[in-house]
Amino acid sequence: MNLWRKLACVALAVVVCASLGANWLAPAGYEKQYREATDAPPSHAHWLGTDELGRDRLARVLYGTRISLLLAPAAALLSTLMAAFVGGLAGYLGGIWARLAMAVTDLCLSLPWLFLLITARAFLPLNVSPLISVLVTFLLLGLLGWSTAARVLCASAASLRSADFVRQARAAGVSGLRLFWIHVMPNLKPVLYAQFWISIPVFILSEANLGILGLGVAEPMPSWGSLLRELEGLVSVREEPWKFVPLVLLVVVVMSFQLLLSRQQEVPA
Amino acid sequence: MLKSRITGHALALVATILLGGFLSATLVRLAPGFDAEEQELDPHLSAESVQALRATRQQDHNVWRFYFSYMNRAAHGDFGTSLALAQPVRTLLRDRAPLTLRLLALGLGLAWVAALSFALTAAWLRISAYDALTTMVSGTFLCIPAAVLALFSVLWNVPGSLAIALIVFPHIYRYARNLLAKSYSLPHIITARAKGLGEARILFWHVVPAVAPQLLAVAGVSVSMAVGAAIPVEALCGLPGVGQLAWQAAMARDLPLLVNITILVTLVTLLANSGSDVIGLMVRGQKS
Amino acid sequence: MKHDEKMRGEMKKKRTIALVLTILCLGSLLGRALAQGGGELRFCVRMEPKTFDPLKVEDEASASIRYLTGGVLVRVNRQTQDLEPALAQSWKVSKDGRQITFRLRSGISFSDGTPFSAGDVAYTIQQLMDPALHSPTGDAFRSGTGNVESKVISPTQISITFPAPVAGLDRLFDQVAILSERSPRKEAAVLGPFMLADYKPGATVLLKRNPNYWKSDEQGRKLPYLDSIRVDIQPNRDVEMLRFKRGELDLINSLDSEYFDKLEATSPQLVHDAGPSLDSEQLWFNQVAKAPIPVYKKNWFRSANFRKAISEAINREDLSRIVFHGHAQPAAGPFSPANRFWFNSKLKPQAYSPDTALKALQSDGFRLENGALKDKDGNAVVFSIITNAGSKTRERMAVLIQDDLQKIGIHVNVVTLDFPSLIERMTQSFDYEAIILGLTNVDLDPNGEMNVWLSSAENHQWNPQQKTPETSWEAEIDRLMRAQASSTDLKRRKEAFDRVQEIVVEEQPFIFLINKNALSAASTAVHGAASVILSPQTFWNAERLTVSTK
Repeated sequence: MNLWRKLACVALAVVVCASLGANWLAPAGYEKQYREATDAPPSHAHWLGTDELGRDRLARVLYGTRISLLLAPAAALLSTLMAAFVGGLAGYLGGIWARLAMAVTDLCLSLPWLFLLITARAFLPLNVSPLISVLVTFLLLGLLGWSTAARVLCASAASLRSADFVRQARAAGVSGLRLFWIHVMPNLKPVLYAQFWISIPVFILSEANLGILGLGVAEPMPSWGSLLRELEGLVSVREEPWKFVPLVLLVVVVMSFQLLLSRQQEVPA
Repeated sequence: MLKSRITGHALALVATILLGGFLSATLVRLAPGFDAEEQELDPHLSAESVQALRATRQQDHNVWRFYFSYMNRAAHGDFGTSLALAQPVRTLLRDRAPLTLRLLALGLGLAWVAALSFALTAAWLRISAYDALTTMVSGTFLCIPAAVLALFSVLWNVPGSLAIALIVFPHIYRYARNLLAKSYSLPHIITARAKGLGEARILFWHVVPAVAPQLLAVAGVSVSMAVGAAIPVEALCGLPGVGQLAWQAAMARDLPLLVNITILVTLVTLLANSGSDVIGLMVRGQKS
Repeated sequence: MKHDEKMRGEMKKKRTIALVLTILCLGSLLGRALAQGGGELRFCVRMEPKTFDPLKVEDEASASIRYLTGGVLVRVNRQTQDLEPALAQSWKVSKDGRQITFRLRSGISFSDGTPFSAGDVAYTIQQLMDPALHSPTGDAFRSGTGNVESKVISPTQISITFPAPVAGLDRLFDQVAILSERSPRKEAAVLGPFMLADYKPGATVLLKRNPNYWKSDEQGRKLPYLDSIRVDIQPNRDVEMLRFKRGELDLINSLDSEYFDKLEATSPQLVHDAGPSLDSEQLWFNQVAKAPIPVYKKNWFRSANFRKAISEAINREDLSRIVFHGHAQPAAGPFSPANRFWFNSKLKPQAYSPDTALKALQSDGFRLENGALKDKDGNAVVFSIITNAGSKTRERMAVLIQDDLQKIGIHVNVVTLDFPSLIERMTQSFDYEAIILGLTNVDLDPNGEMNVWLSSAENHQWNPQQKTPETSWEAEIDRLMRAQASSTDLKRRKEAFDRVQEIVVEEQPFIFLINKNALSAASTAVHGAASVILSPQTFWNAERLTVSTK
């Protein structure tokens, strides 16, 4: 394992352990409001300061990590698998199947899914538990986020249809789904990894944006997405660099995932 | 034969676009808030006026009737009137489309130049430190909310197309980088290197053509990504384009405007993806 | 001879030089005078104006344009809150409140030169009262069924008769911009200080000085001083603030409290806190009988004791201090103290007292069990508060209230929804439990809120469209509101509305939270700006503003 991947493992391990140990590491609960110290800068009592309602930012980062770190990769995995199924299989089969699948994919890329999400919220009770709400949010993101990669996977699989190794496998009597699964799919990994890697931060940020529809993580529970929304108060953040900590954390986690996934991409120089 | 294939493709394109419009109308109509008007909350309005406000939405209640009537009018060049802005949709789109097209073209161009430069250099050099650096740069922009990038562009007085480029570039970079890296393990590349071919020649004459169809597919979807990025960028930068219009229409449940915008977006997406498919087929045909 | 010619030539040359220098000096002085006197004012509106027809105005952006371009018969002075003559020199309201007679100024023209006369007023009223128009401006005059009759007595005198008394009749004409009956340019021909010059959808509205504006200043100089006003369409407050700091904007009409503080720290001369505005933020519970919520929750929400206890458990001082950075006051009741005449000064804001709140709930059979409050049937007191997404202040207030109520064992779920979904739940499906929203008041007169206080009205938010009042206190409010609407005696109207305010505070159908302060910002380049609480706060006196060139 090279140095970068070791660093990535360590970084991810630290982040995961910190989030699991939030109960002990956090100076207070994520919902506790220190109303006499709102929007405070870092101090001995609050290492990352407090937010606009006096809640300890470090506590909110630690607790928010649990939700985002667990659910965003799960949703990313779901969307990647769906992309592989729809795009990869369509490209492998070719012909009318590919055309139909790509027409559906293009429609999915064009439709205003915002309204589906609004409708989904309408079906959830207002007093739904925060956990259910956030699970539904990430599930919907996973179900809707596959179309970009599906197109690329279709093109990749179509290229592989006439590859020598596929012809050899066919000649050896391998066919159908077995041929797709054992010989074609492994060669789609570059696109699958790219899709997975991109989806993690995209879904974390999307979860925060879905707050305007009543989905996502409900107050007072924190998430990285909701913490990153503080950056939108741009006029003041330049004087308050500690508000960038969630962004730095997210970049570290995303980079770590990429470095771990890039094992297959290494080519001897 | 070729003529019938082209006709078939064209018909499929038209059918998909029309289906997109209908599905969009259905989604908007079924979503909660369709009948709601903010003006209802004005305490000056009498009960009759509130009922009249609600009645303006009633006529669009039946999706089938709405869509059939819409297609009938659209065939005569009338694309309806925006409920939120009380202006003909045709005028709104005609006035705003050029700005959005410019924004998208410039944003996509910048994104592709940046992404390909990074990806090709990383593939050529194959230095892990450089790879880590480019991953960090693209990863950072991937993690910054689109709204924040748009606000940065206002803060630093740079064009909105740069914000779009920064939103789209990490996606393109990652796909391109992975595809290029993977193709280095192809047998004919290994053979070429073993035979002592120069790295530049290998990259541009053997590696890139091998992944060209996939890169073209990425090019097609990057158009959709840019269209999606245009919405927050235009809304926040105050650019009067189709993206800003789309957001206003969504918040106001403006059915005529949303249907037209969806049809436009579907058309752009289909053209981009179909174009990349056709070129990809040609490239694959040339290789074989 | 040659010497004389030479002398004359030199004299001529000197005279020419002197003349040129004089012209240059005068020109420079004139230029400076013009630059000081005119200029272009720049500010933003938060949304696209929906209409430029002054009779159809429904939104704030359109109202701003109407204010700047529309000529009105009378104008409420935004600073003194007094009614002043405008196009009408004088007016008289009949004793029964049904008729108003205006004596108009003469020699006035619209922006396109068409003469103004009483016929234009009659035409405007006819358009305004068209039943098919359905505009808030027109509906404000509808006091009863029947036609509105306009009688042109002379080119400068007109009387308008309504089918029923209209309370505060004269002040309503502040919102009625007069249209030209004869101009081919229709609503584009205006009587206000500015006229529409250019409109780029989604971007800018440009207004230019109306050369035919009737008003002059005390020195006889024609108004307005400004050459033009550029109104940019900018929904995002962060971007608006950035542009103001960069000098691209001259005014921010409605400033957020956190930006106020940031700006005050660096440039205190730019910001202005005019004190409590007319606006309020409130929380209310769903009392609609057919609402799709559990019966036991309806029983809580319909109990005045429950509502009062919730009100006592909310720390309004913290809401003002934390959410609005001290630029708000705890609300005492339906009207803000900024509404000097109509505010019931006997009312005081509800003090924060969670212990009293808990005792009040316990007397109703509620009890605390392991930190959770339960009703007499053992149901845990859990409810949701919805508010509109995108409003940071309301989201923060909801979270603070969530924390306050947690202290007395009540679990609150905060849900932010997009506005159309919220409106649908509030007005059609009634599928909500509690809401936080605000009331933006443009009128001082309580008659403008008839459709809020009447139990049969659409905007009687907690339980609208009642066929008959479901409670005795709502019946009493109905009686008092109708009484004040049909009276022209200001003292009797005040007494009636004072009692309405007292009943509202006793029964708490709306739990009034805070009255925001009117915060604004103006660049030092703007001369004559004096921020007020009535809308439009910063450019209410646009005709007398000047902007110095940089």
